[in-house]
This record gives sequence, C-alpha cells and structure tokens, in this order.
Amino acid sequence: MSSLSLADWLHLFGHFLLLSFAAIGGAIVIAPEMHRLMVIQTGLLTDAQFSASIAIAQAAPGPNVLFVAVMGYQAAGIAGAAATTIGIMLPSSFLAFAASRWSQARQDWRAVRAFKAGMAPITIALLVATGWILATGTPGWAHLVLTTAAALAVWRTRVHLLVLIAIGAVVGALGWV
Amino acid sequence: MQEPPRLARPASLVELFVAFTALALQGFGGVLAIAQRVLCEQRRWLTREDFVEILAVGQVLPGPNIVNVSLMIGDRFFGWRGALVALAGMLSVPLVLVLVLAAIYVHYAQNAVVAGALNGMGAVAAGMIVGTALKLAPVLRSNPMGRPACASIAAICFACIALLHWPLLLVLPILGIAACVFAWGRLGGRP
Repeated sequence: MSSLSLADWLHLFGHFLLLSFAAIGGAIVIAPEMHRLMVIQTGLLTDAQFSASIAIAQAAPGPNVLFVAVMGYQAAGIAGAAATTIGIMLPSSFLAFAASRWSQARQDWRAVRAFKAGMAPITIALLVATGWILATGTPGWAHLVLTTAAALAVWRTRVHLLVLIAIGAVVGALGWV
Repeated sequence: MQEPPRLARPASLVELFVAFTALALQGFGGVLAIAQRVLCEQRRWLTREDFVEILAVGQVLPGPNIVNVSLMIGDRFFGWRGALVALAGMLSVPLVLVLVLAAIYVHYAQNAVVAGALNGMGAVAAGMIVGTALKLAPVLRSNPMGRPACASIAAICFACIALLHWPLLLVLPILGIAACVFAWGRLGGRP
C-alpha cells in the first residue's frame, strides 16, 4: 500500500490529468498507457492487479471507467482511488461541459447542424463496432449466439436489461459459453 | 415505434440524481444501453435524435462517453448544477460498489463459476450495445445527408474500426471531417 511521497502523488495525479485528454473513445483507450505508468514505470501495481482492475469494473454496475478507481485503490488505498479518478475525469469533464454549452448556444449554426448530421452515422457505427470487438474477443460460437440473442432482444423486445444480464451470468456460470 | 411528441423533464435535482444513480446501477458491462432505454423510452426526457446528438459530442471529446453524456444531459435541464448532480449520480454509488467488489474479488478470482458468469455477462453486454445501435439507427432516416450516404459512412466507420482495427484517433478525424463537410454542403443546398 501507500508509501508515496508528495512528489510521487503529484506526478501520478498530473499524469492522469494529461491522460484524460487522450481518452477519445473512452477511458479504456488509454489502458495501455496506464499499464506502462502503473506497472512498468512505477511498479505501483502488478500485472495481475492491473487486469483484475478492468475485469472488476466491467463486472460491476456503473461506468467502466471506474477501473481507474480500482487501480488507484489497489496502488494506494482510498487516496489513490481519489487521485486517479479525479485526475482522469476532471479535464475531460470540463471540456465536455464547455463543448455542450458552446453547441447549445449555437444550435442554429450551419456548422453545428452539419456536425450533428455528419456525426450521427459515425456515432451509431462506433456502437456496433464496440459490440463487435467485445463479442469477437472471446472465441467460440456459443459466445456469439448469446451476443446475437442479446442484441435482438434489446432491439426488438422490452425485456428488462437486467434479466438479459442475469441470463448471461447463469449461462456462463453453467459453462455453456 | 413512434416517438411521443411531448417530452418530460426531471422535476428536481434530486430526481435527476436518483435517476442517474438508478441508471448506473443497472448498467452491467456499460451504461449506454440502459441509458438509452431509460432516458428515451421510460422517462422520456430525450428523443432518440437528442440522444444521438449528445452521444456524438460525447464520443468525439476525450473522456468516458457515458460520463460526458451524463453531464451534458444534466446541464441541459439544470445548468452546471445539473451537470454536477448527474455526474455524481452516475459515479458515487457505483464507485463505492466497485471498491467493495475489488476487495472481495481477490478471494474468488480463480473460481471457475465466477469466471464463467463474468464471461456470459460480457457476451450479453456486447449484444446490448449492438441492440442499442440498431434501435437508434432509425434517426438516420431524417438525416439531411440522405440514407445512402449515411449507410456508406456507417459501413466505412464499422469496417475501419471493427474489421481493420485502425486506431480511432486516425479514423474519427478523417471520416468525421469528411462526413461533416458533406453534411455542410447538403444543408446549404449547393455549396
């Protein structure tokens, strides 16, 4: 656990502030850079702790970005979790807030309307691509069948999403996928 | 499915906080799917078009998409206080939960049943994201670029990211600027 000096803390926090600007497409995009920083460079985490952080955040409800908090926690307790979480979120949140304000005030501008129209198909395609990458990361047809069934259920039915997740957990626990 | 003409809005910051906390706690393997369903279909705070527009900004900017989306939605209803409250709702309870899980997980990491369950949940979560995209796709019908252009842009984007595994930081600027310039031309008649 924590035996970090103040300088170490500032270095870690500052690094996460910078990383925040690179997280286009989500925090998972900068996972390799975090690995370099936390595991290789500072040795604050082991490889196993690093992988577990991502797995835990994905299994838990809530935004997957919380894997950053788990990493900070494993490295240096609650204070570590606060440093990494605030660091990764503060700059990008300010930017998003400013951009939201800016575009809301200029809704009628042709450039703003062009951005919204032009980005809409890309936004939707990125969602499909994300699902595709997640689904094909694990080999096996059973896995793919489960993913496809879930996609159809969300698209065409009103089944509660928690029911779908529970089915996935049971099917997985039985070793069928 | 027909979009209802009248939208609701959160009555108070407390309602906003509770709604986003409830959202976050239902979001296993990502919150976007449940966010779309709750915000557009159950609470009717946003149309699908609003959701896609907000998500577009959230995806282009750095930071977790759902975090960006939360604060933009909060801001839309209650200004900066709404942004803070939505963000707090999305993060605070899940943060506590994930840290508790982290403490417990160490003991069960090697358990085959736990690993299998996580694997199955992962497969479903991937499908939920695709299903959400399919539900949002009809908003493209009214897109000023026209359906063939939208379909082509979406297909190219999917191929570059999912099939060719090109970096997002390369694909997003090039394809994004091309699409926006094209849309700009369409919006002004002949450029």
